[in-house]
Amino acid sequence: MAIIYIDGKPLETQDGQNLLEACIELGLNVPYFCWHPALGSVGACRQCAVKQYRDENDKQGRLVMSCMTLVTDGMRISVDESESKDFRANIIDWMMTNHPHDCPVCDEGGECHLQDMTLMTGHNYRTYRFKKKTYVNQNLGPFINHEMNRCIQCYRCVRYYKDYAGGHDLDAFASHNHVYFGRHEDGVLESEFSGNLVEVCPTGVFTDKTLKEHFTRRWDYTTAPSVCVHCALGCNITPGERYGKLRRIRNRYNRSVNGYFLCDRGRYGYEFVNSDKRPKAPLKRQMIDGKPVHVPMTRDEALSEIGKFFSNGSKAIGIGSPRASLEANFALRALVGAENFYLGLSKADGKLLSAVLEIVLSGPARQPSLGELKDHDAVLILGEDMTNVAPIAALNIRQSVNNQPRANAKAMGIPEWNDLPVRRAMDTDRGPLFIASVAPTRLDDVATQTFHATPDGIASLGFAIANFIDPQSPAANVSGEVRALAQQIATALQSAQKPLVVSGPSCRSEAVIQAAANIAWALCRKAKPAGIYFAAPESNSVGLGLFGGANIENAAEALRKGGADTLVVLENDLYRRVPAALVDELLSLAKHVLVVDHQYSATAQKAEYVLPGATFAEGDGTLVNNIGRAQRMMQVFNPEGEITESWRWLRRLRAASGKGREDEWISFDSFLHALVAEIPAFSHILDAAPTAAFRVGGLKIPRQSHRYSGRTAMKANVAVSETGVTADPDSPMSFSMEGFSMMTPAALMSSFWTPGWNSAQSITRFQEEVNGPLEGGDPGVRLIEPQPDSAVPYFDAVETNESHDAAWTALPLYHIYGSEELSASSPAVAELSPKPYAMLHSDDARARGLLDGDAVTVKIDGQEISTSLKTNDTMARGVVCLPAGLEDAPYIEFPAAAEILRSVTS
Amino acid sequence: MASGQQRKEREQAAIDAVLAEHKGAHRDSLIPILQHMQERVGYLSVAAVRSIAHHLHLPASKVYGVATFYNQFRFMPKGKYHVQVCRGTACHVKGSLATLDAVRQELGVEPGETSKNGAYSIEVVACMGACGLAPLVCVNGTFYADMTPKKVRALLEEQRERQAAHEAR
Repeated sequence: MAIIYIDGKPLETQDGQNLLEACIELGLNVPYFCWHPALGSVGACRQCAVKQYRDENDKQGRLVMSCMTLVTDGMRISVDESESKDFRANIIDWMMTNHPHDCPVCDEGGECHLQDMTLMTGHNYRTYRFKKKTYVNQNLGPFINHEMNRCIQCYRCVRYYKDYAGGHDLDAFASHNHVYFGRHEDGVLESEFSGNLVEVCPTGVFTDKTLKEHFTRRWDYTTAPSVCVHCALGCNITPGERYGKLRRIRNRYNRSVNGYFLCDRGRYGYEFVNSDKRPKAPLKRQMIDGKPVHVPMTRDEALSEIGKFFSNGSKAIGIGSPRASLEANFALRALVGAENFYLGLSKADGKLLSAVLEIVLSGPARQPSLGELKDHDAVLILGEDMTNVAPIAALNIRQSVNNQPRANAKAMGIPEWNDLPVRRAMDTDRGPLFIASVAPTRLDDVATQTFHATPDGIASLGFAIANFIDPQSPAANVSGEVRALAQQIATALQSAQKPLVVSGPSCRSEAVIQAAANIAWALCRKAKPAGIYFAAPESNSVGLGLFGGANIENAAEALRKGGADTLVVLENDLYRRVPAALVDELLSLAKHVLVVDHQYSATAQKAEYVLPGATFAEGDGTLVNNIGRAQRMMQVFNPEGEITESWRWLRRLRAASGKGREDEWISFDSFLHALVAEIPAFSHILDAAPTAAFRVGGLKIPRQSHRYSGRTAMKANVAVSETGVTADPDSPMSFSMEGFSMMTPAALMSSFWTPGWNSAQSITRFQEEVNGPLEGGDPGVRLIEPQPDSAVPYFDAVETNESHDAAWTALPLYHIYGSEELSASSPAVAELSPKPYAMLHSDDARARGLLDGDAVTVKIDGQEISTSLKTNDTMARGVVCLPAGLEDAPYIEFPAAAEILRSVTS
Repeated sequence: MASGQQRKEREQAAIDAVLAEHKGAHRDSLIPILQHMQERVGYLSVAAVRSIAHHLHLPASKVYGVATFYNQFRFMPKGKYHVQVCRGTACHVKGSLATLDAVRQELGVEPGETSKNGAYSIEVVACMGACGLAPLVCVNGTFYADMTPKKVRALLEEQRERQAAHEAR
């Protein structure tokens, strides 16, 4: 605690802060450009100058850069003093000499930090009379638009891109007044986190290219707090809608989850919501000219016709989904009965998911939150490619390698926020990060050691490490070289303050997951606060796992036995989960097939009935992320046609069938209470967000800003008098500008705005402290807590079988762009999806006389896949890697025995 | 005349020859390598930047970032007539800014660039050690003293005529 005097007033600040942070926390308007809460201070822009005085008698004072000045007790400064004010106005004047002043045509206009700071400093008139410098822009790929003329040379972009996100292909070029930020030549930005440049850039140099297709000004969006559905991490997002179209995704700060950043899949994968192919009315299959065609029907027709299939005495089977909300899955379970509810997972997927859940529910190791990954100082990744499976987790693990060298810098007396000296003190030192994987990963560049092996080899390494830490943990039979590596890793983990073990299902191996658990548990028994972190495949995988239930293969068995007439598939494309033959059988065994989904998937196309479900942007729901954090997504806008949340369709069917009452579960809250009453494991989800009855000052919270324009005009083609606002009985938010938008709880924050702060930088006004939680606490609740006194036994080590027989083991490689079903249908993401390939170790390929680029045929389970060969010098031997989940690629159950043949070209 | 392909191959061979002389070099040799490359190849081509990056295990953007920081590196081959305009103190006092503007206007090329037909390039230099002759312009090693905008225009006009006569022959 330090008391500082700002313009004569004594104010409390925290020790060790810089003056800019202190002023921001105190709510003062000190302008800045180069400082960013995640990036620290470099003192480059000179915008945050304030006057500092020696003591109360000093009337002269001197100008200091507040971002570079350490707060000390009794310090006297002035923000309002005229010389510092003039200085700041001058700085803006200079920065703007080459700025094109093209705000009306600039995408950043209205949420531009440069606009905000210009107004704040009071620089109103341009004094520079000469020609402006202009630059040639670059094509940076499908995500980012480049407009260098607007640049004010704050260097934030390269500091974020290179220093924070570890990118290599964006840099500063030239010097003096020619400084240029871009690539060395045109081309797609390589980083998976490039989209954050849009929010990091204080002006319009880097803007959202997908937004250009349907541009909307900041104040014209309808927004609501939501959660990203493109992986299991549950990053908080703010989707923006206008004219019934989802226009863009912006980051929503949550310190415990994604912090300031999103990955490009999360930011640009949204366009599946706007797809023309989506079902918009209930569909029924009819034969027209001998061909099956889906014909729209009304809601009442659909309910009375389909409702009959669920009436008492008839049996239906329901298949849930890891990409549907808890509510949707529960509604299905309630409709068909718990005994007829099957998780929408294959047997193999289900087994891996329950292996993870068993470990985290019974073991002593705690799962850190996504945000806490940054705090660990030694990390072991066992068999997971985090960048492609759980991107923001990879970004945070990349920060964790700085912790040990940063501690050294701190010991040298350098404040943590002073970025350049800290980086100089760190030099090229990195904390321990060990990565064991089948093929190289994008984090390898910061790894202390990498180890590429088969899943069995990775598991054995894991068991050997656990055995080194705690000899009671079962030993594995490994070679001397692997043993030495295991010892090195064990030592590094044991000597760390906060070690972390990361794993996941991507190796398709239970043994890898169990080896990770053994290591974390061994560390816990040695009194180390070890964390364990598992990636999960989909947005609600863990939530679905907590329901418990059988898998798709079991559903097929039940259908084969007979007795069930109807099959309900909820938000799930079964063709992506089990072999096509099994899906075909499932669909033919049931007399009636009903699909409730927002996508017209391959499964939906074969269904007798399709009910149009809502996407994340069109409905309320709860998702449980990979560590068991339940988070609420609020409906952003009212969808067209009969589209509504899946749970609501299933509730209606339940009522129509006579199983439930017509007035039962009408509101979201009553439905949520029914869910919690039935499944106590979910009791805390009620705390994820306030109920629909919540009000601030008796008013709802608006989804639209107070500057929202054209609300009468935009519907003038329907009626010239203003149409009424749609009521929202499900949440405390309104679909209009009306309401009270201050003192909003964090879980209901639809956008961050405060007078004078229109840009993404406004977030600091809503944090308890810089980089701290949102005022009132970060939204979301943890459903899974560790059992610190648990004495669960260690898992037995696997016997490794390293013999190379004739068959190859086929394993999946996941791709951030292309492997996930929903984002893959967004054009910008689809553009960067990889072409199908098969990847082998170069030596393995050479031994078969194959070269990189050769056309090959991979035979798996009688399927022949023609593709082109890629070789790699370091990946595991005896393994062939295939990209997972690409569109139009046949389903393969990994791991699989494969044969590789050279394609015969005619 | 050599085709574009042949020229490219010759250039790549020269690049490889330079890098061969810096076997096992580390990132701290970047600037000497850039200088050596420019001396031997005449300029830093995209291919040269990529090859140096590969040689030193650095991102190409890093190499390009360092090279563009310094005025001494050029990214276009020199023209047939390389015009150096001195902007040193003595020349500045005697009005070399006007001379430089005249050269830029006359040739339609900016300093550091080369005209599209490859005939002319301009370089701004700090001092050529002949301050007594200020303002000084140097074309392919020949010094021209006391250059006013008018004189430099005449000089370049003459140069152009000579070139045209040469082509006609």
